[in-house]
Amino acid sequence: MSVPAPAATQFVEEHPIDTLLRADRFPHILCPACGIGSVIHCYVQAISESGIDKAQHVCVSGIGCSGRAAGYINVDSYHTTHGRAVPFALGIAVYRPELCVTVISGDGDLSSIGGNHLIHAARRNVNLNIICINNFNYGMTGGQAGPTTPVSAKSSTTPFGSWERPFNLPHLAHAVGASLVSRWTVLHARQLKQTILKAMHKQGFAFIEVLSPCPTGFGRPNDRGDGIEDMRRYRQRCVIDDEAYLPDIDIDITDDTSPIVVGNFVDIDRPPFQPVLGAPRREVAKVLAENANQRTRSRESVGHEH
Amino acid sequence: MPGTVSATASTPPRVMTGEHFMVGDHACAEGALAAGLDFFAGYPITPSTEICERLAHRLPQVGGTFVQMEDELGSIAAILGASAAGARTLTATSGPGFSLMMENIGLAAMMEIPCVIVDVMRGSPSTGLPTLVGQADVFQARWGSHGDYGIVAYSPSSPQECFDLTIRAFNVADRLRIPVFVLMDEVIGHMTERVVIPPAQQIPRVDRKRPSHEPGDAVFLPFKADADLIPPMAHAGEGYNVHFTGLTHDERGYPALNAQTHEQLVTRLVNKVAVHAPEAILTEEVDLDDAEVVVVAFGCTARSARRAVAMARQQGVKAGLLRLISLWPFPEERVRDLGRRDAVKRFVVPEINMGQMCREVERLTHLPVQSINRAGGAMITPQSILEVLVS
Amino acid sequence: MSTETTQNGPVQIRIAGYGGQGVILTGMLLGKAASLYDAKEAVFTQSYGPEARGGASSADVVISSDPIDYPLVTEPDILVTLFQEAYSKYRSSLKPGGTLIVESDLVHTNGDANVAGLPASRMAETIGRRIVANVVVFGYLVGKTGVISKEAAIKAIEATVKPKTYELNLKAFSAGYARATEESGRE
Repeated sequence: MSVPAPAATQFVEEHPIDTLLRADRFPHILCPACGIGSVIHCYVQAISESGIDKAQHVCVSGIGCSGRAAGYINVDSYHTTHGRAVPFALGIAVYRPELCVTVISGDGDLSSIGGNHLIHAARRNVNLNIICINNFNYGMTGGQAGPTTPVSAKSSTTPFGSWERPFNLPHLAHAVGASLVSRWTVLHARQLKQTILKAMHKQGFAFIEVLSPCPTGFGRPNDRGDGIEDMRRYRQRCVIDDEAYLPDIDIDITDDTSPIVVGNFVDIDRPPFQPVLGAPRREVAKVLAENANQRTRSRESVGHEH
Repeated sequence: MPGTVSATASTPPRVMTGEHFMVGDHACAEGALAAGLDFFAGYPITPSTEICERLAHRLPQVGGTFVQMEDELGSIAAILGASAAGARTLTATSGPGFSLMMENIGLAAMMEIPCVIVDVMRGSPSTGLPTLVGQADVFQARWGSHGDYGIVAYSPSSPQECFDLTIRAFNVADRLRIPVFVLMDEVIGHMTERVVIPPAQQIPRVDRKRPSHEPGDAVFLPFKADADLIPPMAHAGEGYNVHFTGLTHDERGYPALNAQTHEQLVTRLVNKVAVHAPEAILTEEVDLDDAEVVVVAFGCTARSARRAVAMARQQGVKAGLLRLISLWPFPEERVRDLGRRDAVKRFVVPEINMGQMCREVERLTHLPVQSINRAGGAMITPQSILEVLVS
Repeated sequence: MSTETTQNGPVQIRIAGYGGQGVILTGMLLGKAASLYDAKEAVFTQSYGPEARGGASSADVVISSDPIDYPLVTEPDILVTLFQEAYSKYRSSLKPGGTLIVESDLVHTNGDANVAGLPASRMAETIGRRIVANVVVFGYLVGKTGVISKEAAIKAIEATVKPKTYELNLKAFSAGYARATEESGRE
């Protein structure tokens, strides 16, 4: 008879979040020291703590390294076209309002090619959780500049340094109507998971920017060192300020003397986008039973909030 | 239920059974409602706007969802998302918007997400003639997104067919798991005629094939096709943990970026429409039995062609009409057969474009194919077709 | 003068006016009456060009006992013009021997032969509201040409207008219809 091993050294076959990952797809395609894996971990941790049935979680992504996240998460997942994750997710979230729909994608996918959808989904307050992984460049295709690339940063399409003003994404999201706006880095794993959890339970549009190292695409041309260097920078430079004045929280990632303001900036309650009059789909009889007055009233009450 | 009765009196039912004098765009919207449309996302554009407007009014009243999106890129993406979650979905547009939808039409083909897309064709290219007729989007509907894939497209010639073919489009889309197009032209979309809507229980419905396995059953492979080349479809939120991607994928739905998987997948996407073509193809034949000259026409041009054929017969010319009700798949066998007949001497293809469908006819026959074209803005008149028939 | 239109071949009708005169509704009523209540075939089309706003706009209806293939009006058997520009634009399209109806207060026909004129707007004002002038014209057209039955026309009005304006529209129709029948009685 074998003696049971002491509890402290017990070998477990499964990690608690194993069932939330598509282990049969590993090894993944991400580079060493990339931050996307940390974000995936925070997301699946949030799923496991959400109290929402796993089958109710849906993950949608666009194109890019961050867009591959959906493919590693073992919930219903949709890897769509470049820039269109948000309207694809809108279709799911509006048709099945009971589902918890999260978009994980990159800064370029969401704010450049998908920028129009981002601002309109926020304006409508569509019940979506947006996790925008910002690594300041298009990493998958070899490090081209995007709308978040800092002024003077080099990339394969800004060989003399970028001279465009980059987006301040939390400020943008707030300005166009997001109900929840946060910024963290992949160093802030616990805060990030907590914010994702909050977003999962919030009815409305939640926008979470996550700064992430991209040692291959962004780090190398800008002498940023490896991912560990970036994590050190996050630790040294990040200032948590939930009350920050959002127009002032631009990031200059290449200036190591400037602070990076992170935190949960916005958390307001606004009625979520709900274009269905009355009862759920197919329950036609129930909808017909709603009298016209009720419909008018519900329309008015939504109208007042805008 | 008294409440139901009073509400019904003020709210038309989902299926507006009865006879109506209805414009084509509205008939299309009513066809979608009768087919069980759950979710519409669109961006208004002339001359399809009346479809959007009608559904903005009608769809929420019968428990469906209407969303006016920020653009056509968003419209097509939203209907794919909703369809992936189990909805019957529609969008309606015209040339410029149709062009914007092309990338995600390819995604629909690749992910095998059913949806119906109405394109009311206007004078083109570019902004062209927003309020006037064109028929120049037929090849875009077939080949507009990059790569090889199969689709089905219908082209109504009357408001009644706008109603009937929209229903059929939903059934074919769900049956084959493909995007299906209703290619109306501006004349048909803006023409008002009698439309007979049958009782709700007489509306045919073919639903998409669903998994026979329970959620959690590891045996279920979401993209493993049955013998009919169509995989059963699991929807978001059902617990199957499906993965859908626009990347080349294996039967699990996982990206598999190699030539062998790509060959298998793309071949199946093309073949599944090809093998089911007989179910999808619809034509109407007028006076073809003894015809020496065969007119091939669709949409509003088929109405002119019908008149021209009758006029030619009065003048002793044995003309006949093959009306294309489905444009894609093209009725190859039928055209080949007609071309082999001893009586048939030539084909005439009138269309409001610079010569598109005539190419399909040309590749299927050695007989002369006479093209009658105009760039757009007005119908081709019966007289101008007659001149070619009697020449 | 009377156009006893043949009940077999298609009859082409064009109603032309400017925006706000209700020509589209008139065409709609005509087509609906023929198609749904007179067991005939009817196609209704309208001009959708930029000229539909402000300038001359037209409602075209083809009515036939047989299925209609070509849907457009090319040579109207019946032409109704409700203002001068529409008259000038479309007068020459009228089929020889066809019926021409004009709003006599707004169209000068300069001695055009065989014109049936009626002051539809003034008649509508007498009835109560100028806005129903188009329905006065509709009644006159039906009474004058018999292209559709009176019963079908009234059913179409009932099925189309808002219930609370039905009585007013019916009065307008009757006034136009009565004028046409009185005229034919005089002949």
